Amino acid sequence: MSPIISVSNLSKSYGSGFKALNGVNLDIVKGEIFALLGPNGAGKTTLISIICGIANPSEGRISIGGHDIIRDYRAARSMIGLVPQELHTDAFESVWATVSFSRGLFGKPKNPDHIEKVLRDLSLWDKKDSKIITLSGGMKRRVMIAKALSHEPQILFLDEPTAGVDVELRKGMWEVVRKLQASGVTIILTTHYIEEAEEMADRIGVINKGEIILIEDKATLMQKLGKKELTLQLQNKLDAIPAALAAYNLELSEDGHAVTYDYDTKGDRTGITSLLNDLRNAGVRISDLDTRQSSLEDIFVSLVRAP
Amino acid sequence: MNYRAIRAIYLFEMARTWRTLLQSIVSPVVSTSLYFVVFGAAIGSRITEVEGVSYGTFIVPGLVMLSVLTQSISNASFGIYFPKFAGTIYEILSAPISYFEIVIGYVGAAATKSIILGLIILATAGLFVPLHIQHPVWMLTFLVLTAVTFSLFGFIIGIWADGFEKLQMIPMLVVTPLTFLGGSFYSVNMLPSGWRTLTLFNPVVYLISGFRWSFYEIADVSVGLSLGMTAGFLMACMVIVAWIFRTGYRLKN
Repeated sequence: MSPIISVSNLSKSYGSGFKALNGVNLDIVKGEIFALLGPNGAGKTTLISIICGIANPSEGRISIGGHDIIRDYRAARSMIGLVPQELHTDAFESVWATVSFSRGLFGKPKNPDHIEKVLRDLSLWDKKDSKIITLSGGMKRRVMIAKALSHEPQILFLDEPTAGVDVELRKGMWEVVRKLQASGVTIILTTHYIEEAEEMADRIGVINKGEIILIEDKATLMQKLGKKELTLQLQNKLDAIPAALAAYNLELSEDGHAVTYDYDTKGDRTGITSLLNDLRNAGVRISDLDTRQSSLEDIFVSLVRAP
Repeated sequence: MNYRAIRAIYLFEMARTWRTLLQSIVSPVVSTSLYFVVFGAAIGSRITEVEGVSYGTFIVPGLVMLSVLTQSISNASFGIYFPKFAGTIYEILSAPISYFEIVIGYVGAAATKSIILGLIILATAGLFVPLHIQHPVWMLTFLVLTAVTFSLFGFIIGIWADGFEKLQMIPMLVVTPLTFLGGSFYSVNMLPSGWRTLTLFNPVVYLISGFRWSFYEIADVSVGLSLGMTAGFLMACMVIVAWIFRTGYRLKN
C-alpha cells in the first residue's frame, strides 16, 4: 500500500548553521497511529511544521496522499489537520466562531451539524458560546483539536497533545483519537509521555538530533528490545555480591536487601535457574522475587543515550 | 480560488471590527470633530477662504484622508500582526490557501473598515460645514484606492514588525507627519516656493490633492498625476507583498 505521507531526504538548516533535520525519510501508512518520540529539540516540531507548510524545507521532498506539499499545496494541505504544541487561540472569539472559522479557512462549506458533533465529542458543547479566554488550559487544548477536526481531515497531527493535561482528560483524548482512527483518520502524534505512545501507537519512530534513529512496529520494538528484570528480596543484608556470583552482573540495592538481574526472554537460556542455584550455594536466602518487563521508556532512554 | 477561506478571513476580521466598534469608529469621529472645532473655528476665523472655498469646507477632504490613511495602516497592520503575536498564524499558514487569498481577506477587511470610517467622517463633517461633491465617482475611486493602498502598506508593516513599538513606529513617525505636511489643512500653493518643491516629494500630497479635486475641482497638482502616484504606490506595495510571500519573510522560517 502506498504511504499517505511520504517524506524523503528532508533536511532543514537555519541561517545560524544549526541543522534541525538531517536527511529524514519517513513513510506513514494510511489509518495508523504513528508516535514520534524524541527528547526536547530533537526536531519533532520542525518536522511537523514543514509537513504542514508552516516552515520551509531546505532540502528534500514531501508528498501527502500523492500531492507534493509545495507544488500541489492546496490538495496536500486540505487533507491535514494540525494541533500545534503551544496553545495558540483567539482569546476573544467564541468557541463556535473559532471552530467554524477553521472550517471556512480550509475551504469547506458550512456544516453546523459536523461542528456540533466535534464539539460534543470533545465535551465542549456547553462551552460553545464561551470566549476562549475564559476556558481552562485543558479546554483550550480541546478547542485546538476541534479546530483541526472542523474540516474533516484525513490526517491529524497532534504535537504533544496531552502536555499539561490531567490524567482523566488525557484518557478522554486517547478515546477521541481511537475513535478517529476507527473512522479512518491517520494520526501522527509526538509526545513526551512514553506511556502515551505505548498505549496508543501502532508504530513508533524515534528522532534524535534531527535524525530518525528508529522506526518500528510497537509490538516488535517492545519484543526486540524488551528486556526483563528479576528482583530478588534477600532475607539477610548483603554487603557485597559474593565473588562466586560475579558472572551474573547482579546489582545490589543500596540497603543491601535486594539484588536485580537483567535477562533476555529471547535468549536460549535466561540463566535464572543457575542463578538461583548459585545463590543457594553461596548461602544467600531469598524472601521474595519479582520480574518486570522493561517499558518503552527504558528502550527510549537507552536509544537516545547510546553514542 | 478558495473563496470560502477568503470569506472566512474577511468575516473574521470584520467581526473584530464590530467587537471593537468603540475604538474603531467612535474615536476617529470624535477626533475629527475636534479638528473641526480647533482648525475650523479657531484658524478658520483668520483664514476665511482658500482658493474660493471656505476654510472649514476646504479641510474636509484632508481630514477624511488623514483618518483613512492612518486607520487603513493600523487596521491592516494589527490584523496581521496579532495572529503572528498570538501564534494563531499557524492555522493561516497551514491552510490550503494562496498568499493572494490571504491578502485579499486581510487587506479587504481593513480597507472596508476604513472606507466605512471615511464615509462616516464625511457625514460628520457635513454636520459642521456645507458639503458639495463635484465628482462623486472620482471621490469614491480615490477613497477606495487610498484605503486599499494603505491597507496593503499596513499589512507590510504588520508582517515586518516584531514588536508593538515597531507596529506604532511607522504610522507615528512617518505617516502622520507626512499627512500633516501633505496639505490636509492648507493648500500647498500657500507655502513659500522652496517648501513647496520639497512638499512635492511627499506622496500624501498627491492623495489629498486628488481627493480634494473630486470635491471642489481645486488641486495642488494635476489629477492625472495624483491618480498615477497613488496607483504607483499601490503597485509598489503589491510588489513588496508578493516578495514577502515568495520568500516567507518574517512569516516562515
